This record gives sequence, C-alpha cells and structure tokens, in this order.
Amino acid sequence: MGRLTWAARLYIATVLAVGVVLIVRGPFTFSWISWRDIAVLGLLLVISESTATRLSEGNLSWSANTTATLAAAVLVGPVGAALVGACTVFSLRRGPSPAQRAFNTGMMALTAYVAGRVFIALNGQVGALTANSFPKIIWPFAIAAIVHVVVNHALLGGVLWLVRDAEGMGGAVSAVVNPRLLFSDLGYGAFGLLIAALWSVVGPFAPLLVLIPLFVARWAVAQFAAQQRAYEATVGALCQAVETKDFYTRGHSDRVSRGSVMIAREIGMRGDRVEALRYAGMLHDVGKLGVPTKVLQKTGKLTEEEYAAIQLHPMRGLDIVREIGFLDEALAGIMHHHERIDGRGYPMGLAGDEIPEFARVLAVADAFDSMTSTRSYRGARPTEEAIAELRKWSGTQFDPAFVDAFVAAINRDGWQRPEAPVIAADEVNIAATDHDDPSAPIRVSDSL
Amino acid sequence: MTERRHELRRHPWQVRDSGQLLLVVAAGVWLVASVAQTAAAGLRDVRTAVAFGVLIAFGEVLRLNLPGDRESAPIGFAGALAYALLIRVGVNHVQYTAEQVVTVTTIGMIVGALPHLAVGRPARVSGMASRLLCVACVAYIFRPLAGHAVLAHWGVAFSLMTSLAIVALLLEVILTALMRVDEQRVLFRVALVDEMRVQLPLGAAVGASALLIAFAAEVMGLAALAVFTAPLLVTQVAFRRYAGIRATYLQTVRALARVTELGGYVEAGHSERVSRLAVAIGRELGIHEPQLLELEYAALMHDIGQLSLHDPISGGATIFVSRADQQRIAELGADVIQQAQVLGAVAEIVRRQNEPFRDVQDPGGFPDPAGEERTGPPMSSRIIKAANAFDDIVGSSLDHGRAATAVQQLRLDTASEYDPDAVEALSRVVNRRSVVQM
Repeated sequence: MGRLTWAARLYIATVLAVGVVLIVRGPFTFSWISWRDIAVLGLLLVISESTATRLSEGNLSWSANTTATLAAAVLVGPVGAALVGACTVFSLRRGPSPAQRAFNTGMMALTAYVAGRVFIALNGQVGALTANSFPKIIWPFAIAAIVHVVVNHALLGGVLWLVRDAEGMGGAVSAVVNPRLLFSDLGYGAFGLLIAALWSVVGPFAPLLVLIPLFVARWAVAQFAAQQRAYEATVGALCQAVETKDFYTRGHSDRVSRGSVMIAREIGMRGDRVEALRYAGMLHDVGKLGVPTKVLQKTGKLTEEEYAAIQLHPMRGLDIVREIGFLDEALAGIMHHHERIDGRGYPMGLAGDEIPEFARVLAVADAFDSMTSTRSYRGARPTEEAIAELRKWSGTQFDPAFVDAFVAAINRDGWQRPEAPVIAADEVNIAATDHDDPSAPIRVSDSL
Repeated sequence: MTERRHELRRHPWQVRDSGQLLLVVAAGVWLVASVAQTAAAGLRDVRTAVAFGVLIAFGEVLRLNLPGDRESAPIGFAGALAYALLIRVGVNHVQYTAEQVVTVTTIGMIVGALPHLAVGRPARVSGMASRLLCVACVAYIFRPLAGHAVLAHWGVAFSLMTSLAIVALLLEVILTALMRVDEQRVLFRVALVDEMRVQLPLGAAVGASALLIAFAAEVMGLAALAVFTAPLLVTQVAFRRYAGIRATYLQTVRALARVTELGGYVEAGHSERVSRLAVAIGRELGIHEPQLLELEYAALMHDIGQLSLHDPISGGATIFVSRADQQRIAELGADVIQQAQVLGAVAEIVRRQNEPFRDVQDPGGFPDPAGEERTGPPMSSRIIKAANAFDDIVGSSLDHGRAATAVQQLRLDTASEYDPDAVEALSRVVNRRSVVQM
C-alpha cells in the first residue's frame, strides 16, 4: 500500500482510534480482567497471525485468529478480547506495511470488542465455564461468532474497497465476501468455545491442545494454495508449448484468458466462474494442434476439406480437456467459442442465447487479441480500430453486452498489447491465416 | 485395461486380496463377540452411545479422499476414539465396556456407509475394518482403567490418553501400509514411510480432536460433540480442496500430455502407457510416492518437446530417430516444463531421459572405481528411457511374444544404454501382466 487516498487514511485512522479508545476506556468498567489469561490468549493470537496463509486472490492473507478473540470474549469479556485482538500488532509476519498493521490491529480490537458485547447482551456468562454453563452458552456464543465474522469482513471489505484503485485489487473485495472464507472463520470461531470450555479442566494448556488441529488445517490450506499456484504455472507452460507451432500466436491464449476475465469482472461474474473462464481462455485453442501445419501455413484459398479441419479445432480441443473434471462450464466455452450470434459460426451453428455464456465471452476476447496482434499478412491494428471492428460485428458475430463490457474495461484499465514480434530468418512456424481474425475471414475456394 | 479385464473374470469374493480378507475377518470375529457381549450385558449410558453413534455415522458419510487414492474418515475416527477415551460426561462417570465401544462404532460405521452404497460408491470395508480394529485396541486397554482413581489426576489421564491415541494412529498407518503392499505390490518399508507422510498431519488433527472431545465432554456434556465437529469439518474442507486440486492437476497433465497425440506426433495412448509402465517399475524399485508422482508427470510429458518440431516424426517412436534428434526433443520438452517453474525435478528427468546409463566413451566409468560416484542420469530418467523404448517397440499390442522379445532386446543393451535394474523391474512388471492376461 504505497500511496493511500485520504479516504483510506481516514478510514484506517478511525478504526485504529476506536480500537484504542475501547481498550483505554475499558478496564475501569470491567473488573474481571485476568492478565495471565489475556497473555496466553494474546500469544495464541500472535502465533496464528504470524502463520497466516496467503490467499490466491490479491494481496490478502488469512489466519485463524478468530479462535483467540472469541475465546477471549467468553473468558475475559469484551475489553479483554479487544486487548487480545490488539496483540495483532506483535504479528511476526513481514508482509504487511505499517498502515496494514495499524489497520489490522484496530480492526481485530474493534471486532473482538463488538463480539464480546453481543455475547454479554445475549446473557452469556463471562468467565471460566462450568458443567452447567452448557448448553445455554451455545446460542449467545454462536451469535457472537457470527457478528464477529461479519464485522471483521465488513471492515476489511471497506478498506479494500477504498484502496482498490490504488492497488488494482478489484477482485480482492469479492474475495473477502467469499462464503468459503466466512465459514472457515466461523469454524475456527468454534475452536474458541472449546478453548473456553477446556480452560476450567486444563487451564492455560487448553490452547496448546487446540493448536494442533488449527495448524493442521492451516497446513492443508497452505498446501492447497501451493498446489493451485503450481497448477496454474503448469497449465500456462503447457499452453505455451501448444502455441509454439504458430509463431504469431505466441502469448495469444494468455491474453485471451486475461481479456475474458476483464469482461467477466465487468459484468460481475461470480468468483469461481471467473476462475473457470480463465482456464477456458488459456485452453481454448488447444485443439488447433490437430490442424495440419500445411493448412495453417497455406497462403491461397483453402479447400473445403482444409477449412473443415480448421472448423473442427474446437471439438478437438474439447476431446483433450474433457477429462479435466472441474471445467464443466469451461468445456462448453471451449467447444463453442467460434459460434456467432447470428448462427453462422462453427462447429454447431448455434445462435443467440443458445451459445453458452463462456463461449460468447471468449469469442470477443479472442477476436480482439487476434486483431491487435501482428499477423503474417498484416501488422497489428491499433486498439481503437479493433474496438471499432468489434462494434461493427456486435450483434451479428458478437454478443453486444460483452462487447460493451470489454470496451468499458479496456477504456478504464487499458490493454496490454503484445510486443511486435521479431522474426528470425529461419523461423518456420508461420501461419498464413488466422481463423480468429473477423476482419480477414479465411477464404475458401467455391469449387470442390 | 488388462487389470480390469482380469477382475471381471474372477468371482466377486476372489477380488479382495488375501491380506484385506484377513483383516476384515479379524474385525468381523471381534465384532461378533463384542455384539454378543453387549447384547447380554445390555447397553449402558444410552444417550452417550446414541450421540457418539450419530457422530461416527456422520463422519463416515463425510469420508475424504486423500492424495494417492487413500480414503479416510477423520470425523468418524476422531469420534470413535473419543468414545473409547471418555471418562465423564458432565459430572457423571460413564460405565460402558470396551465391547460396547466396538458395537456402537460398528453400527455408526455401517449406518454411515449406507449413503455411499446408495449412490453406488464402494463401501470400502477394509478401511472400515482397520479403523474399527484401532478403536477396539484403544477401548480394550482404556475402558477397564476409565473408572480408576489414578485417572482422577488430570496429568495422568492426559498422558495415558495421548499415548493411546498415538498408538491407535500408528496402528492405522501400519494396517493401511500392509494393505497397500498387498494391492499395489509396493515394498512395505516404502509403503510405511509414504503412509506416515500422508497420514501424519490429518492423524495429528484427529488425535487432538479426540482428546479435545473427551475432555470437553466433562465440562460441556454431549454438546462437546456438536461444537467440536465444526472445526474438524473446516479442516476436512481444507483437505478436500487440497486433494481435489491434486487430482485436477494430475488429470490436467494427463489430458494435456495427449496434445502430442492429437498433433500426430506420437501414437495414440503412448504417453499414458509409458507413464503406467514407468510408475509400475518405480514401485517395483521402491521409489517413494512424491518421487513417483514426479516420475508419472515426467513420463506423461516425456514427448512434449516434439510439439516444437516442425513436422511430426513418422509414427512418433523416438527410439528410431538419431540420438541428436532425441536429445533435442528432450531438451525442448524440458524447456517447456521448466517454464512452469514448480516442476524443476520433472524437467530434469525429461531432459536426461535419453542419456545412456553408462558412458560408452568411458567404459569403466560409472560408478567410478575410486569410489566417487559420477552422477549418471536420475533413476526416473532411466526408468522412462526403458519404458519408452519398450512401448516404442511393443506399442498397444498385447502379444506376449512381442513383449518378451522387446524385453530381451533391452536386456542386450544393458551394458551401456539401459539401467539393468530398471530393465529387470520392467521384465517383472511385464511378466506379471502376461500372467494376468492368461
């Protein structure tokens, strides 16, 4: 977070100030503060905070700190909980900037205080639990946990919304309201009740027992993130390998993927669908490998058979990626990305809404990248010209809604054009035509 | 394919391997005795029994597939262990016996397995049997002591329960490793280490959760079960996603490795066959699972470098082209894989897949007489070299004579080209297959 807007600075300062005021004002009104318990719980918080996991979306990390603050809300009341939450400041993580650290500290203190207040308001008894505390403690605790998670994510969402332009973290806001993350936090909140319950049996050793499952879960989350990164890198590398066959289209899949994601974000597509679309973009032309090199490199008109080979490539691509389980919707996108709204596309000749949404998105990004890249028969066209071309075919070849969304996204965020290729004298992988280019349709000879 | 055909021809009761059968029978006998005893003595602490039974059933419904086709039921197992280790619910001491623990656990497991059967998934009896045996061991040791005055002290109870949970988890690891030895012909030593590596994190969570419930029940009563389930559920969700992406990863590499077939660069099914053969050889040679996965990836992608060739090699069989060309394909392929950054080891395997086992220029060469080992190609590269050569000669043919000739041909070349160990392992794998086919 280099440069912050004034609004963001004000927001962070407010959250921090409220947190500090709550703590400073606090102990005079509550008499059950136990410093030893706060220290143990604060340590628990610092440990879970220091071992936070990076999420794949944006610059976010996720930690299991809900456990410590909610346990504190039960054991030492709202002010104690706020104090425990404020221990976030001691986090050993190197990542966050001072502004982030200040905000996190204020946020956790504030959140924990609110949860503690809710717990008391619902007749929850503060202090070590006894055998007859159950089950009547469960409801106040559950509500307090829900409030904790909601307040936490709302505060976080607020700051991300304020810094979104500076950081380009548009996706991060939706990541915070990711239901999976909300449920994870609630689940870890339940650990808080376990710690509170065990406190009367095993005392401050309770967190120790609770730490093990906590760390295992954290480990699994980290493993997941690592695997996902590895997966992305591998898919990217393999797609690149496919592209080497045509010199001019190198990087095409990657750019189509980015363009499709821009459209998807613009129309507010759900996070997991955006992910699937991203892979669909990367994999959309895999089937082109089934088109013989001599067809791709032919300069004159193509025969019917040769054109049929090109028209078949989405199906060939589908054949390959069909076995990849998670891609359901993406498969339809890959298969139909050359359909046209007026029904004159291939391979099935679908029209209008019959064409899957993913395919309509891909078609726009695909054609746009083709036009703005250099081809053997023409140079790269300027962005404005390519946009004009998209508009021209909007409604016949492309879905107007997605063309509008794409143009809006490009006008706001810009488009990173491919660099003009430098062709080595011995380069053999040069295609003569581009099936993606709407402005230069492939010519097919009429006679059979 | 061959294995599947083989299974179809046997009767269902013959399919289960002898080791698994033994395990299931042992668990069954123990179970019958326990049920009889429980029925005679009557069910004690009925509410507790029902609550834990429900939890175990719930845990069995939510079974989890761990990497490497392992099945586990963390919630059910933790619940059963907690039931075996319970001392008090609230202020009341529980009175039930070890036999009752076995009975309740089994009923829970069977009820939990029903939904799996209903949707056509296998019941996985052997997995259930091994979990049951572990729980039974803990119960038979701990139940007689549960009422003892010594356990009134927190520290003693804690240490005893911890050690028993560890024993149970170790026992499960050993039993699963034994089953894998039976199923996949892995070496026991290798299977044990692999099993430990995979099961340790989740096992630790299961053990800790079991202790947590057993202790929390003293304060919370049976509500402890409901409260504890949520966190372990979160852990399980995290594991499920992890296992899911691992599976997707493998699927994707498998699928994308096929692009070489689509382009006409290699014969259909070649990558898949080479990878299956290479993994079987790797198991035979005692390669551990993480390296086995790398071997599988490398074998699947060993021909990916051909994509960079202008025109496909006719028939795609790389052993019939010049060594320089082979080397160029390997280099190109390794470069592609290197792009992914995370697969450095895989790229190295692919890069060196054509290197001869011993340098012909330096016949005395490897291993060096001075005792200093020169670095030959990695084991995985040698395996792929042998498997690839075998498949280039034999292809999809199922003819035993042809396979035997191919093995013989490779054997003649073990002086320099092929690693004799890899070729011998390949020969064993191939022989086993042809026995299965007859």
